[in-house]
Amino acid sequence: MLKSKIKMLQLAVTLLACAFLFVPIVLSVMAGLTVNYFQGISSGLTLKWVFQVWDLYAGSIFLSMWLAVACLFCTLIIGLPAAYGLARHPGWMSRLLEEFISLPLAIPGLALALALLQLYGSMKGFRASWTFILVGHVLYTLPFMVRSILAVLASMDLKTLEEGAASLGASPWQRFRDIVVPNAMPGILAGALTVVTLSIGEFNLTWMLHTPYLKTLPVGLADSYASMRLEIASAYTLVFFILIVPLLMAMQWASARAQRITQ
Amino acid sequence: MTLRLTHTAKTYPDGTEALLPTDLSVGKGEIVSLLGPSGCGKTTLLRIIAGLETPDAGSDIWFDDDNVTALPVERRQVGMVFQSYALFPNMSVRANIGYGLKMQRLPKSEIDARVTEVLEMCQLQPFAARAITALSGGQRQRVALARAIAPRPRLLLLDEPLSALDASLREILRDELAVLLREFDITAIFVTHDQDEAMAIADRVAVMSHGRIVQSGTPEDLYRNPTSSFVAGFVGNAMPLRGKADGTKLHLNGGTLTLPMDGVGQTVFVRAEDVQIIKNGPLRGKVETVTFLGTHYRIGISGIASDTIASIHSGQVAPKVGDTINVSIKPETLMLLPDEADVA
Repeated sequence: MLKSKIKMLQLAVTLLACAFLFVPIVLSVMAGLTVNYFQGISSGLTLKWVFQVWDLYAGSIFLSMWLAVACLFCTLIIGLPAAYGLARHPGWMSRLLEEFISLPLAIPGLALALALLQLYGSMKGFRASWTFILVGHVLYTLPFMVRSILAVLASMDLKTLEEGAASLGASPWQRFRDIVVPNAMPGILAGALTVVTLSIGEFNLTWMLHTPYLKTLPVGLADSYASMRLEIASAYTLVFFILIVPLLMAMQWASARAQRITQ
Repeated sequence: MTLRLTHTAKTYPDGTEALLPTDLSVGKGEIVSLLGPSGCGKTTLLRIIAGLETPDAGSDIWFDDDNVTALPVERRQVGMVFQSYALFPNMSVRANIGYGLKMQRLPKSEIDARVTEVLEMCQLQPFAARAITALSGGQRQRVALARAIAPRPRLLLLDEPLSALDASLREILRDELAVLLREFDITAIFVTHDQDEAMAIADRVAVMSHGRIVQSGTPEDLYRNPTSSFVAGFVGNAMPLRGKADGTKLHLNGGTLTLPMDGVGQTVFVRAEDVQIIKNGPLRGKVETVTFLGTHYRIGISGIASDTIASIHSGQVAPKVGDTINVSIKPETLMLLPDEADVA
């Protein structure tokens, strides 16, 4: 009897916590689908607001996707060789470098953005182009890529594997291509999904760096809440969910997979 | 291929002399084992030959008439079997074995044919399509060997290839490896810390200690005529009989032993199989341990010399622990070697 009471209590707490988290989301989504939020569901359901969001903010959606892809490209080009270098030369220097790369995680995005603005703000062409936001995103997401790849590389005997390939006649580039990259793949995949998800959702930095012509998805969301009717802003949230939730799930799956390999 | 090393040495940046200047020649088709305790420099020497470690200036490595000292590992055409096998987990057994051939840019049909040939030689056909992770330790060892041999290297190098296996499997694979290496008809160098392995596989054994080759010869030669206490002790576990030498007499705690020659300034060694338990033997001791090993007993006897002396006893009944027994050692089985301050 006592046991079932405890069970009931546990269930109640869990359900309450879930409700606490889910109700606002459901309300928000519903707001985006009702004809008139102030009249409630009785006013009817519509996709009108969603289409309106598309008309108003399609540019933001495409910019965010483009930024995420470009950011992924940059973090791969920088992060893969960096992780490889750190894995091949373990020591206090590498530890220090790794911490250094991770610094942007500890510094508020706002401060990072201010530093970028101070340094490059006067370069008009650069300041006004999407590449300015890209720099911020790369700074912020690079540590995730490096750490994710490094964790997988550190879990195997990379040095001996490469020596094995070398003894079979593989040049340093062939070793990197045939041995390092394929074996680092789970880490690369997990890192890539993290980078894309973070880049699409990034607000702090982007808010500071954006121009009126360059609004990313989250910046557009803030804009819609500030200047549009609530239904449109809520429909925007729905669009955001649809884009980010599958990415988030894929990221969880890839990270779990990479973790299995490192164990 | 013949291998010739002259004055080859390795000093690490911190000053550690892993390998003192060493000369070594290995004849065509010869299988040489580098035998020694860990830290003796045997793996360093192997890695220098492979090109995985840069030797000190003044070292020279010759493959036949080519000086390969400056060549990186990928251009030396050596086959290497690593202690951990270093098989590529991202490739199947077949792709692992074919990797070296792919690096030589051979046509695909020829790669296939040669991989199949090696698979057959190493009896790996049933596992060709498997992932490396789906193989047992013994199978991995064979894949590593097959992968090293497939590109037809000039020289095969094996770094403790059996040490990752459990004892029962090790013995089977040891004999299998000895047969395969001869079938390949390749010059091979084999690093091990296990004297049985070295004896079973190699034509010639080079015993190493503290960065030097201390003695090199056939297994029989090393066993019967060691030139130093270290070799006597390391190869075949010879036991020192420490006592007071007086001409051809050696006075031990447990009696007096006749030596084949003057024993002053020499350390006398004996092997367990030459210590015979006989009723009227000249030495007396007490039985400390009795271990039954199937074909024979191994009996530890104290009181004869300062250390416990082991005896291989092949009778049906063994003495009991605590018994006092008499022991005889034939003078011709004793090995007299110069005293060494440093007996590792």
